[in-house]
Amino acid sequence: MSIVLDIVASIGLWAAVLRIATPLIFGTLGALLCERAGVLNLGIEGIMTFGAMIGWLAVYQGADLWTGLLVAALSGAVFGLLHAALTVTLGLSQHVSGLGVTLFASSLSYYLFRLLVPLSGSPPTIEPFAPLSVPGLADLPFIGPVLSAQTPPTYLALLLALGLAYAIFRTPLGLAIRMTGENPHAAEAQGVDPMAVRYGAVIVGSALMAVGGAFLTLSAFNSFFPTMVQGRGWISIALVVFASWRPGRALFGALLFAFFDAFQLRLQTVVDGVPYQLFLMTPYILSIVALCVMARHARVPQALMQPYRRGER
Amino acid sequence: MRFERREHRPLFLVVLTPLLAVAAALALSGLLIAAAGAPVFEAYWRILVGAFGSRLSATETLTRATPLMLTGLAAAVAFRARVWNIGGEGQFYLGAIAVAAVGSRLLAEAPGYLSIPLLLFTGAIAGMLLLILPLWLRLRFSVDEVVTSLLLNFVAVLFVSMLIDGPLKDPLAFGWPQSQSVSDAAMLPKLVARSRLHWGFGIALVLAVVIHIVQSRTVFGLKSRAAGLSPEGAVFAGVPLARTLLLVACLSGGLAGLAGAVEVLGVKGYVTTDLSPGFGYSGIVVAMLAGLHPLGVVLAALFTATMFVGADGMSRALKIPTYIADVTVALSLITMLVAVFFAQYRIRR
Amino acid sequence: MTETVLEIDRVSKSFGGNKANDAISLTLGRGEIVALLGENGAGKTTLMSILFGHYVPDEGHIRVAGVDLPPGRPRAAIHAGIGMVHQHFSLAPNLTVLENVMTGTEKLWSWRSQTGRARAKLKALAERFGLVVDPDARLGDLSVGEQQRVEILKALYNDARILILDEPTAVLTNLEAETLFATLKEMARQGLSLIFISHKLDEVMAAADRVVVLRGGKLVAERRAGETSKAELAELMVGHRVARPVREAHERGAPVLEAAAVSVRVDGVDRLREISFRLHAGEILGIIGVSGNGQAALAGLLSGTLLRSSGDILLYGEGVGDLSVAETVASGIGRIPEDRTREGAIGEMAVWENAVLERIDEPRFSRRGLVNRSAAVAFADAIVRSFDVRGGGPLTRTRLLSGGNMQKLILGRNLAEHPRILIAAQPARGLDEGAVAAVHARILDARKAGTAVLLISEDLDEVIALADRIQAIVGGRLSPPVSADEVDARALGLMMAGAWKKEAA
Repeated sequence: MSIVLDIVASIGLWAAVLRIATPLIFGTLGALLCERAGVLNLGIEGIMTFGAMIGWLAVYQGADLWTGLLVAALSGAVFGLLHAALTVTLGLSQHVSGLGVTLFASSLSYYLFRLLVPLSGSPPTIEPFAPLSVPGLADLPFIGPVLSAQTPPTYLALLLALGLAYAIFRTPLGLAIRMTGENPHAAEAQGVDPMAVRYGAVIVGSALMAVGGAFLTLSAFNSFFPTMVQGRGWISIALVVFASWRPGRALFGALLFAFFDAFQLRLQTVVDGVPYQLFLMTPYILSIVALCVMARHARVPQALMQPYRRGER
Repeated sequence: MRFERREHRPLFLVVLTPLLAVAAALALSGLLIAAAGAPVFEAYWRILVGAFGSRLSATETLTRATPLMLTGLAAAVAFRARVWNIGGEGQFYLGAIAVAAVGSRLLAEAPGYLSIPLLLFTGAIAGMLLLILPLWLRLRFSVDEVVTSLLLNFVAVLFVSMLIDGPLKDPLAFGWPQSQSVSDAAMLPKLVARSRLHWGFGIALVLAVVIHIVQSRTVFGLKSRAAGLSPEGAVFAGVPLARTLLLVACLSGGLAGLAGAVEVLGVKGYVTTDLSPGFGYSGIVVAMLAGLHPLGVVLAALFTATMFVGADGMSRALKIPTYIADVTVALSLITMLVAVFFAQYRIRR
Repeated sequence: MTETVLEIDRVSKSFGGNKANDAISLTLGRGEIVALLGENGAGKTTLMSILFGHYVPDEGHIRVAGVDLPPGRPRAAIHAGIGMVHQHFSLAPNLTVLENVMTGTEKLWSWRSQTGRARAKLKALAERFGLVVDPDARLGDLSVGEQQRVEILKALYNDARILILDEPTAVLTNLEAETLFATLKEMARQGLSLIFISHKLDEVMAAADRVVVLRGGKLVAERRAGETSKAELAELMVGHRVARPVREAHERGAPVLEAAAVSVRVDGVDRLREISFRLHAGEILGIIGVSGNGQAALAGLLSGTLLRSSGDILLYGEGVGDLSVAETVASGIGRIPEDRTREGAIGEMAVWENAVLERIDEPRFSRRGLVNRSAAVAFADAIVRSFDVRGGGPLTRTRLLSGGNMQKLILGRNLAEHPRILIAAQPARGLDEGAVAAVHARILDARKAGTAVLLISEDLDEVIALADRIQAIVGGRLSPPVSADEVDARALGLMMAGAWKKEAA
């Protein structure tokens, strides 16, 4: 028991929680935005992979870290455009089209990486984001050191969650997005163009996903390797359900999830005789449990996965 | 711009659709090859030669197509009934490890005529179990099976990794995480001598035909199609929805599990965590390319295997990463979706 | 004469060869309530869709306050002050009332929604017209009547001066309908102009200043409400139509299907409450009622897709447990579902597959799990021939059939087996006159052959024409039966309003 308490009370754990949560926050918020407009974006896993690769590659080729993030965001937007073209304009199955985008984006990122970065013994590295300590915040007891261990993208993720919550619930555009996800016909009858809203949401949401991926290579690690996203995209999709499509709860869900992950990572080092794979399984199993618990209570956007065609009811 | 459903879908369009999709995917990948500074047509020629240029390469391509046919069939039967089984990869591994476990212990001494069928069956059952869970969650809690079956892929692979690192670890593998091997008697006989091509290919072919017959000729095929096309219509006609979908899940999961079993019994004899280069995911592409038709799956699996096997040789010669095969296959899924759309709709202004 | 706010000038619209609107002209004065009366298919909804810009008319103009309205542009209609209250609400159940109303009313790219201002405006409107509703309630938690209020408020919030209501009472209870009409009168008193679409004579007489009658796409009469009678309107509305087949006197047989105090609960809601009826061989028992009063549950119960929660059912004189679909079909009960494209047939499957799906486990159509395709195709072919299904053969995809032909297929797969009982829910809904006549003739033939028919319908004419006896369904309860020869449309209207309950009380 005391081991558990020691772990929970350590600054290192909470610093890790924020670090682990960051890509999940970006991914979950991105997926949430798409789904609020009525589009399930299963391209997320591939888009995160591509974001991780292209962001890293940009920095490796000499760009600064922020440019790397921006390049990743743009690449995400392009894949978002592809997914939107398939699901919004053509009205294809969002499931299959999303998987197609994931397979395409991840294989393309491996291809480009291998093409542009020659194979070598140890993977090439970049200088990642350094921790940022914000005057004022850094002096707070306990929270200060935890925050000071974080890099700028983590601060960005936290601010983004608040910003997205505000945008969705407090602005006319947010209302238009929600109406489009609930009833595109009603949105259209009130003068909102549901197609445009869906395109916008999917493009911006996908950009966020890619930034989440880029965090992995530009902050959490300093190199790119295939399969590094490790299902974080799928976990984000589950977290959106867990969060009932609310950005605030998405932030909470990502942190809770990261807490369990950070906790099991530390527990691994002190507990003997339990295969490490069991610990690694926990995030995925937790996601499934979260889905089952919340699926009944969650208020799914009513038009999620329903293509909208003008004049068709 | 609006789209209008075509009243009639002429047969030539149905046949032409996947061909056009593949052509478009090859053209798009060609741009990537050209961007890398390599001659596009030579690259594709080398892929073709690499896949079919010699007896060895041809048998290798067919060997590679075998698990793809099975995972492709798994996806096709599920998708046809609108059961979104994206967990083929996990089911593949679970089937494989079940075979390794049972084959290296319980049936280690059994003669081949006994152990082979039993092991194939074991693999299928393991795959089934892994898909029944997400389907049950869908029926019970209305949880989307896409996400749960996807997440279970990771759980399954970690589970396999745990076993081959622990109780099933082969002590003779110089510390590499690798499962114990099944007995030689349990290995599937070779189809072509001095090659890796084994009887699993025949099994997959036969299953494609059997599933085609099941879907087109049996009551179960009719009911599962009805359940997929219109749940309300199926219920009104008295189709037991839950039971039908459960059977579909058993069939689909079983096929994916069988793919793992066949790969172990036909090629490796043991399990590692890189046994599958994404057979489960590629199976989805194979199924879509085939238009979910079981016989089409055979051709689509051949195309996919050609890309993968051929890309190896081409890669060495032209310094193009082998990942170009993955890109082409993924692109062909997207182009197929678009092609199917335009086969069904026409543009109206 | 008050000032004219809206003028519909010789508007025509055809779909295929069918003239839905034929040179219709109509004016609406300020503060006036006009009822647009007509049967299903008379062209009411088409006219209103043209008015609101959903359709472009082939000919004719629409002028609002003397200015031409550009055709086919809903936003222009909204801008000109036309508000539409659809029969199927355009609302989002997960959003609040205020959010539903506010969507699209502000500049999209502004930093903050002016919820305070919107709330005040909504409150003022609600008080002014007596449309009380909690602005922060989640829409899905409101009753249907309250949701309709939101739909009206939405139009008013967009500064509508002309309000169009499409069958506003179709989904309301009587009390809600009365409240609605009080509200509409208040709105008219305050200078708004209203058009409401209806096929119910009572409410037209009660609420409208002027009644415009449409029939077969033509405007056939215009009357001031004070100068006409229900009888006259009924005759104008029905007119002298294509002769539908007539029911001949005929001796009924023994009871084949009886329900005694049967209740059905679906997802915790009582859909049927202790209903009782007795259906005899060789008769047609009509069940009339406003949509959503338990018809779907009744059809589901007797079709084998819903289970009862209490009560007894006697089939051919013997008590039976819950029957599955297969058992229902096997015991000689034919079923025509309310929604043919959702339940009745699976569009992407072939005609033959739809013909045999509900009987696929019978030995003649399958053996040891293998479909006897030739027998099934032959069965379908026989239906196509003898029931005059046009537009395709047994191998055609069912989606390609027209509504009428799809219905003939559904009717055929049931009647070809000479069922002892036929459960027909809205069998002629949405069909053109010719198809209606064909379907009716088939049902009457079945009656003649001794089949007991339970006809669930919202169409009074249909029920009057076909049924021997009639019961009304209201709020999941069934009225006592009346003989069709002894009642008129007025009495049936009262029954559908639940009048028998007052008598009983």
